[in-house]
Amino acid sequence: MVNLIWVGLAAIGIIYSFFNGTVEEVNEVIFTSADEAVFLCISLVSILVFWLGLMKIAEEAGLLEKLAHFFKPIFKVVFPDIPPNHPAMGYILSNFSANIFGLGNAATPLGLKAMKEMKKLNGDRPEASRSMITFLALNTSSVTLIPTTVLAIRMKYESVAPTEIVAPTIIATMISTIGALLIDRYFYYRRTRGVMM
Amino acid sequence: MIIQISNWIIPLLILTILLYGTYKKVPTYEKFVEGGKEGVSIAVSLLPFLLGMVVSISIFRASGAMDAFVGFLSPLLQLLHVPSEIVPLALTRPISGTASLGVVTDLIKNEGPDSFIGKLASVMQGSTDTTLYVLTVYFGAVGIKRMGDALKVGLLADLIGIIASLMICYAVFG
Repeated sequence: MVNLIWVGLAAIGIIYSFFNGTVEEVNEVIFTSADEAVFLCISLVSILVFWLGLMKIAEEAGLLEKLAHFFKPIFKVVFPDIPPNHPAMGYILSNFSANIFGLGNAATPLGLKAMKEMKKLNGDRPEASRSMITFLALNTSSVTLIPTTVLAIRMKYESVAPTEIVAPTIIATMISTIGALLIDRYFYYRRTRGVMM
Repeated sequence: MIIQISNWIIPLLILTILLYGTYKKVPTYEKFVEGGKEGVSIAVSLLPFLLGMVVSISIFRASGAMDAFVGFLSPLLQLLHVPSEIVPLALTRPISGTASLGVVTDLIKNEGPDSFIGKLASVMQGSTDTTLYVLTVYFGAVGIKRMGDALKVGLLADLIGIIASLMICYAVFG
C-alpha cells in the first residue's frame, strides 16, 4: 500500500509535469528536497535525544509503574476478560504507560508480551480475541503526552510557539481513544448477538 | 487558555521527572545519556523513510498535480468544512507513520508552522497512530491470522481522531 502511494505520487507528478510544463521545477525539487530531508533528520536528533533521555529517567524512577497503577481500575472495566492479576494485564498497563511517555521503543516489546499472554488466555488459537481487539484499538488511537517528533519539526521551521499544539493534541487523543473503545464495544456486542453487517 | 497550558505542560513535566528521579536516587545524568543514545539511532534510521517520502511528495507538489487534485476535491470538502490541504495527511496517516511524517513536514514547511493548516497537521499527526503498522507488528509477532474486527475498529478510530483534531483546532485556533 505504501509502495503504491509512494510510486504513485512521484509517477503522477512526473507525468503531470510533462503536460503542465513544470519539468524544470520538478527537476530542481528532486535534489533540493532530498537535501532538505537530511537536514530535517539532523534537527530531529536534538529533540529525540532530549526526550528519550528524559523519559529513561522517568522509567528508572518508577513513574511508568506509578502511572500503570493509576490506570488499573479503569483497565479492569476496559478488559473484562482478563483476570486483574494476570500478567497480561500488567503488560497492557505498562505498554499504555510507555505510550503516554512517548517511549515507542519500550512500548512495543511490552505490547508484544501483552499479546502473547492474551493469546495464551485465548487457548493459543490463531484468531484475535476480544481483549486483543480492544488492545489494538487502544494502541491505534495513540495516547501520547508529548508529540516529540512533531514538536521537533515545528521548531525546525521556526514556529513562534512550537508547543501550543500540545494541549489540543492531548484532547484529540483522549477523544479518539474513548471513541475507539466505544466502537470496539459496539462491534463486540454485535458479534456476540450474531447480527450480520 | 489552552495555549497557555500547552506552554506550561512541558517545563512542568521536565521538572517533575528530574526532581522525582533525584528523589528516587536514579543516576539521572547517566540514564539521560543512555536513553538519549536511542534517540540518535531513531533519527538516523528515520532518514531513508523521510527522504524517500519527502522527495516523492515534493515532485507531486512541484509538478502542480497536488493543486489540481486539491482543486478537484475542494467543493465537497468546503461543504464539510475540511481544508483540502489536509486531505493527503488524513489519507496517509493510517497507512504509514513515516510517510505521514513526510506529509506533515511538507505541510509545515509550505504553509508555515503557525498557520492553521500547520497546527492542524501537527495535532492530527500527534493524536492518531498508524493502524496498519500496529496491526501488522502486534498480530504478526504472535501469529494471529484472523484479525476479526480489529482493522475496522482501528480505521474507524483513525477517522474519529481526524474529526476530533479538526473540531479542536477550529475551536482553539479557528
